[in-house]
Amino acid sequence: MVVILGALLLGGLLAWVAERWGEVWPRGVALMALAIAAASSLVPSWRGEVAWPWIPRLGVGFHLAVDGLSLLLVWLALFLGFVSVVVSWREIKERVGLFHFNLLWVLAGVIGVFLAADLMLFYLFWELMLIPMAFLILVWGYGDRVRSALKFFIFTQASGLAMLVSIVALAVFHARTTGRLSFDLMELQGTPLSQGAARWVMFGFVAAFAVKLPAVPVHTWLPDAHTDAPTAGSVVLAGLLLKTGAYGLLRFVVPLFPQAAAEAAPILMGVGVAGILYGAVVAFAQTDFKRLVAYTSVAHMGFVLLGIFALNPMARQGAVLQMIAHGISTPALFIIAGALQARLHTRDLREMGGLWAVAPRMGAVALFFIVATLGLPGLGNFVAEFLTLAGTFQMRAWMAAVAAAGVVGAAIYALSLMQRSFHGPHREGLVMSDLSVREVVVLGVMMAVLVGLGLVPQPVLDLAGGAHVGP
Amino acid sequence: MSGRDVVSLLPMLMVAGGAVATMLVAGFWRRHRLAQRVTVVGLALGFVSVLWIDSETPRHVTTLLVIDRFALLFMGLLTAASFTIAVLSTGYWDRKGGRVEEFYVLLQVAALGGMVLAASRHLVSFFLGLELLTVPLYPLIAYSRAEDRSIEAGVKYLVLAAGSAAILLFGMALLYAEAGTLEFGRLGGGLAPAGLALILVGVGFKLGVAPFHLWVPDVYEGAPAPVTALIATVSKGAMFAVLLRFLQMTGMTPSLEAALGVIAIASMALGNVSALLQDNVKRLLGYSSIAHLGYLLVALLAGGIDVAAYYLLAYFATVLGAFGVVMALSGRDRDADDLADYRGLYWRQPGAALVLVASFLSLAGLPITGGFLAKVFVVVSGLRSGLWMLVAALAVTSAVGVFYYLRVIVTVFRKVEEAPPSPRLSRAAGAVLGIVMGLLVWLGVWPEPFQRIMVSAAGALR
Repeated sequence: MVVILGALLLGGLLAWVAERWGEVWPRGVALMALAIAAASSLVPSWRGEVAWPWIPRLGVGFHLAVDGLSLLLVWLALFLGFVSVVVSWREIKERVGLFHFNLLWVLAGVIGVFLAADLMLFYLFWELMLIPMAFLILVWGYGDRVRSALKFFIFTQASGLAMLVSIVALAVFHARTTGRLSFDLMELQGTPLSQGAARWVMFGFVAAFAVKLPAVPVHTWLPDAHTDAPTAGSVVLAGLLLKTGAYGLLRFVVPLFPQAAAEAAPILMGVGVAGILYGAVVAFAQTDFKRLVAYTSVAHMGFVLLGIFALNPMARQGAVLQMIAHGISTPALFIIAGALQARLHTRDLREMGGLWAVAPRMGAVALFFIVATLGLPGLGNFVAEFLTLAGTFQMRAWMAAVAAAGVVGAAIYALSLMQRSFHGPHREGLVMSDLSVREVVVLGVMMAVLVGLGLVPQPVLDLAGGAHVGP
Repeated sequence: MSGRDVVSLLPMLMVAGGAVATMLVAGFWRRHRLAQRVTVVGLALGFVSVLWIDSETPRHVTTLLVIDRFALLFMGLLTAASFTIAVLSTGYWDRKGGRVEEFYVLLQVAALGGMVLAASRHLVSFFLGLELLTVPLYPLIAYSRAEDRSIEAGVKYLVLAAGSAAILLFGMALLYAEAGTLEFGRLGGGLAPAGLALILVGVGFKLGVAPFHLWVPDVYEGAPAPVTALIATVSKGAMFAVLLRFLQMTGMTPSLEAALGVIAIASMALGNVSALLQDNVKRLLGYSSIAHLGYLLVALLAGGIDVAAYYLLAYFATVLGAFGVVMALSGRDRDADDLADYRGLYWRQPGAALVLVASFLSLAGLPITGGFLAKVFVVVSGLRSGLWMLVAALAVTSAVGVFYYLRVIVTVFRKVEEAPPSPRLSRAAGAVLGIVMGLLVWLGVWPEPFQRIMVSAAGALR
């Protein structure tokens, strides 16, 4: 596991340096680093636990551990890493080395978050991924990118500080009972907390994860960041950064504060349902391709929140599957948005229409991912939403009913997106080239994964199912 | 005074000797490089002798000074910081032109004053060190005689510092009237509240914490960049060291704790909020220093002497990195203190830009820099001591602070069509900045070796 992180961090530095030898070098180095990381993630014997002392005085260890859930997300991260490098092959023309440095460091931060079994190490990685992500938006983004990058950064950083205080508070409470300061997740589990303390400490965690997820009142950074990010940035943002919030809820909030989480569950489920409906309604009103897709993320992550806090195994499995399926389908839509923007120099749906006529391949691929987004049976997203709703129904039937209305909303916004861009009368002068082989290959692989998730979800569910209590 | 006493005073003697030697040399040959070399050698010898001295047992040199691990740690820090400033400022003074040899003399005298403060265990050496540190700062702040802002800042500092020194002295007199002694250790627990309050005002002024911070932005802006760096590191660091020792030896009272808590919260809030829309980088760093001293007070209140020392070390490296870049980019007529000077710096001078970015990331408390771990340590020690209010204030205000630090970083990466010409880094300055940046990353990644030093230094106070 150290190899994965090491390959990405060193690869990032090397890619930066390699810039001076030519534009292809950083891309090659990045692919090499990802290949090494991917290869080492596949070797089971290299997945052993790592626990080294790091800051012994505070009981902080460099402790990495992996279970089914983290392994799935690590694979997703590496897969999207490959995708990002390939889709930015033509889009990113300047400062290629620095771009790949940032990309690989974001991935390292995200993977570190998925692997960390020490809360302070987790916080380090949590913060580590922010800066390069902000840079991706800032330097290679579009539109009002400075504002978007700052907004993204400040939202996540402010909530991250709340989490830091909570992490330390938890460790201090633990030290009061055991007399030993430790940040290790295994040790902190089962720390006896008074009801009030548990609520406050959990609040800090939930604040950070809800912003990342994003849950509804604190989601406003997301549309801006997505819209202004370069394609690879959107891919990483939608595919991975949002998942770190969900992962945090699954890994830390529910196991560390079982009681307080159960108390807060109705509220958080309500927030999830609100996200589903709000995301659907607002997405429908968008005229910008990327912004529309960004709001669908709000809706989809609402399902994840709902599934996690339904607090039953079925809904939880749905949430995990939704994380993976959304991690494939939404980045794919961002890639299509990026491809359209590169060809038409606009993302405005009002200026599109009838594109199927000029780019049938792109139209077909877009149709596939759009119906995946709306949850067509046979694809991963359907299984995920079905499990979530079925699990929720057992707990709170009316919430499942309201959330199901969101599925209808999804059908409306998704089909209207398809209709406005690829169908309808073809506008004069709107010509563009179809998808290139490179893009077809990337999107084709993503389609295959989604179909696989939809038809045989069981292996994924089994793998993630092993991750019920901590690493 | 025995021979061993003289040996244990070697760091001070080296720096003092360096100051005298520089003065003599400058008296005969007015050559910038020569004065700079003598200074650098004097400060380097001071630093080496800190490492060389046997620090096992604290050594009382007269009743005024004590040379223990705590004093040696801060002497090392202060000489290293002065050394860095001396190396980095050479190019700066070269471009300014004029007679600059006195800068080096005054720099060493100020460093000596700081070292006396670090070793002080007596109100007399406290005041002596303070004046030795402060008096050179008056001419230093006004050193750029051609600039109005510099003169204004110098006069402002002179008036306020003299006033605060008088207040401090009156406080000391009150303590003496009460206790009949001037030694920290014998002042005892029941200090006269009035005397203590007056001392607190004097110390608060030198630290530049709210509500005694009014001089900070103006002086930071007006003083030449190397002098601002000196104030930010040597002056504030030495003052904090003597405060730590003083409070440790006299003991805290609840009312003093409450007062320091209010000062800490006010500093964190005021510093961070005032810096928000600041376009002048030196001023911005001034406001940011108010906030950082507030964080340091949280560590002090939590009783984390080692944490405070670690924070100071990280802060020294951070501030020296930031001001090193400011110095390196400043030209003949004015300091590079406008935010616009840094627009697109990365595309022009990647090296300098990286140091600046690392420093600002550290100021903002982001990984993988020293500022990140230092802030984490402060939060841990604060919560362990149950200072919930203070830690909450720290979290909220530093979330606000992220905005203005990031604003500078964003500016550095902005694309520009037409770059203003900027001077190139000299090799020595580049090497020193590289070391500072390496230290910054080291402090953020592998804190254990430094923590060990800090803990053993803190042990000397207990």
